[in-house]
Amino acid sequence: MKLNDIFHETYTALSANKARSGLTILGIVIGISSVIAMVSIGTGASASISSRIESLGSNLIQITPGAQRTQGFGASGGRGNAKTLTTADAEAIAKEVANVAAVDAQVSGRYQVTAKGTNTNTSVTGVTSAYLSVRNVEVAEGTFITDAQNNSAAKVAVLGPTTRDDLFGADATDVVGKSVRIKGVEFKVVGITVAKGGTGFQNQDDIIFIPVKSAQRYFSGDQYLSTIAVQASTQEEMTQVQEDITTLLLSRHKISDPAQADFSAMNQNDILSTASSVTSTLTYLLAAIGSISLLVGGIGIMNMMLTTVTERTREIGLRKAIGAKKKDISTQFLAEAVALTVIGGVIGIALGWLIAYVVNLTGLVTTSVSLSSVILAFGVSAVTGIVFGYYPARRAANLNPIEAMRYE
Amino acid sequence: MIKVDNITKTYGSGDMAFQALKGASFTIKEGEFVAIMGPSGSGKSTLMHILGCLDTPTSGSYFLDGKDVSTLDDESLADIRNEKIGFVFQAFNLLPRTTVLRNVMLPLVYAGVPEEEREKRATQALYAAGLTETHFTHKSNEISGGQVQRVAIARALVNNPSLILADEPTGNLDTKTGDIVLATFQKLNKEHGSTIVLITHEPDVAAYAERIITVRDGAIVSDVKNASQKIHAL
Repeated sequence: MKLNDIFHETYTALSANKARSGLTILGIVIGISSVIAMVSIGTGASASISSRIESLGSNLIQITPGAQRTQGFGASGGRGNAKTLTTADAEAIAKEVANVAAVDAQVSGRYQVTAKGTNTNTSVTGVTSAYLSVRNVEVAEGTFITDAQNNSAAKVAVLGPTTRDDLFGADATDVVGKSVRIKGVEFKVVGITVAKGGTGFQNQDDIIFIPVKSAQRYFSGDQYLSTIAVQASTQEEMTQVQEDITTLLLSRHKISDPAQADFSAMNQNDILSTASSVTSTLTYLLAAIGSISLLVGGIGIMNMMLTTVTERTREIGLRKAIGAKKKDISTQFLAEAVALTVIGGVIGIALGWLIAYVVNLTGLVTTSVSLSSVILAFGVSAVTGIVFGYYPARRAANLNPIEAMRYE
Repeated sequence: MIKVDNITKTYGSGDMAFQALKGASFTIKEGEFVAIMGPSGSGKSTLMHILGCLDTPTSGSYFLDGKDVSTLDDESLADIRNEKIGFVFQAFNLLPRTTVLRNVMLPLVYAGVPEEEREKRATQALYAAGLTETHFTHKSNEISGGQVQRVAIARALVNNPSLILADEPTGNLDTKTGDIVLATFQKLNKEHGSTIVLITHEPDVAAYAERIITVRDGAIVSDVKNASQKIHAL
C-alpha cells in the first residue's frame, strides 16, 4: 500500500464518523494543551523568580558580619549586628582574591530625611562607585557617586525613585542639584537611579545612596561596614571566590575554627539553585498533571480504535480476502490512530499556546512556551497514537478472513 | 488450471473432530464455467474456502496454475488471492461509503499497481461487467443490489485472475436481477474466456454453468457436463 492510499483510507475512515473522531481528538487536545500550558506556567514562574534574584546583582557574593561570640557564658550579639568588617577588609579582598571584578563596601542605616517641607524615613546606604556594577543599578538622571567624592567624604546623595517621589513629588523635575537633609546634615542630590521594583517585602527603590566614607564620618562614626558585596568575574568562579574570601577574612580576623567565623559569606548561586530546585519541582508536578490527561486521551483513542475494529470486522475480512496482508491492515489502523493524535497534537499545541498567552495577559505569571516542550508534546502525542493504536491494529491484522466475513 | 487431489478438511480434534471434506478430487480447465452444488452442510463452503485460498486442506494437494498452494502460509496465500483469484460473495462485497471505482481498484491498491493504471483497468473491468460511467462515482450504498453484485464481478476481474470464485452470488437477489448477474458471468466466460466457479445450493442457478459438480456429506457424488445449460443473454 502506498502512502497516498494510506492517507486516502485514513481520511475516509475518520470522516465517516466525525462526531466520534472529533471527541477522541478532543481528549488528545486537552491532554497536549494542558501539558504545554502547565509547563509554560511552571517555566515562566521559575524564570521570573530567577530574574528577580539576578536583579540583586550578577555573580554576587555578600559578606555580612556574623554574631560576635564571647567566651564562656557571655551573651552573643545578633547575627549581622556585629562590627567585624572594616574598610580594610574590603580593600584586602579587592587586592588579594583572584577573579574578583568589583568590591563594594556598604554601611547602611535608617534615618529621617527632609527636603523643603517634606520628610521621610528611609534607608541611607553608604556605597562606593562599584555599587553600580555589583548590584546592577542604573542611573536615570545625573551621575552616581564617584571615587573622588568617596575619598573626600563629599556630602552628595543619589536618590532612589520612590524616595525622590516622597521628598519632591512624583512630577518633580530638576531634582538633581537640590538639597536634602539626612539626620540634619545637608547633602546635595547628584543623581536619580532607575526603578528596579521590589523583592518581596523590600522596596529597592526607597533608598538614598551616599559615599560610604561620608556615611562612616557623619552617621556611624567608625570604620566598620554593614556589608561587603563582591562581584566575581564569572559564574563558574563564584565558589572559588567565596572560599578565598572566607579564608582571607578568617586569617585577617585571626580565627582558626571556621565554625567560629564572625562573618558570613552568601553566594547568589546558592539562593538561585535553591529557588530553581523548588520551581522545577513545581514544573514537574504541573507536567505530571498534564500527562495524566494525555494518558486519558490516549486510552480514549484505544477505546475508539477497538470499537472501530469490531465494527469493521467484515470490512477487514473482505480486504484480506482480496489480498490485503497483515501489514496492510495494521498500517491502516495504526495510521488512523496516529492521525487522530497528530491532529489532536497540532490543535492541542495551538490551544496550549493560547492558554499560556491568556495567562500572560492576566499578569499573574509571565509564561514562556519553550520549543522543547512543543516538540516533546508533539512527540508524545505521536507515540501515544502508536502505543494505543498498536493493540487494536494488531487485533485487526490477525483476524481470520473467513470468520471476519461471517461476523455479524 | 485447477487440480484438486484427494483433499480433506477436518475441524477440531479428538472426539470433537468433524470431517467437512472426505477426499475430493477434480480438475477444472482454463475457460470452464463450473457450478459446485450441494445443500447446506454438504462441505461446499469448505471447498470454496480452500479453492479461494482462504484456508488450507488438512491433507491432499491443490495445484493452482501448476503451483501447490495447499501448504502455503497466510501471507503467501494473501498474495495468491490478490493475483490469481477474484471473489464475488453473497453479501458485503463492497466497502461502505466508498465509490464504485475505488472499490474496484482496491485489489490493485494491494497489488501495488501505479495509480494511473489502476483507474484504466478498473474502468475496463466495470464496462466488462456491464456497468456504465454514470455509476462510477456513486457510493456503494447508493446503488441497487444487482448493481452491487456486478461491481463485485468487476472487482473480481480487475486483476485478470486465473479463477473467479462466486459464492452464492444471487442469494440476496430476486430472480430477475439474479438472471442478469448470472448472464454477466456467462458473457465473461464466453467473451473473455474467464474460468468461473459458482458455488450454490440452487439447481436453477447451477443450470447456468457448463458443468455441475455435486457435493454431499463432504464427498463428490456427481461431476457431469450440463447438457441443458440455460443461456440468458443480457
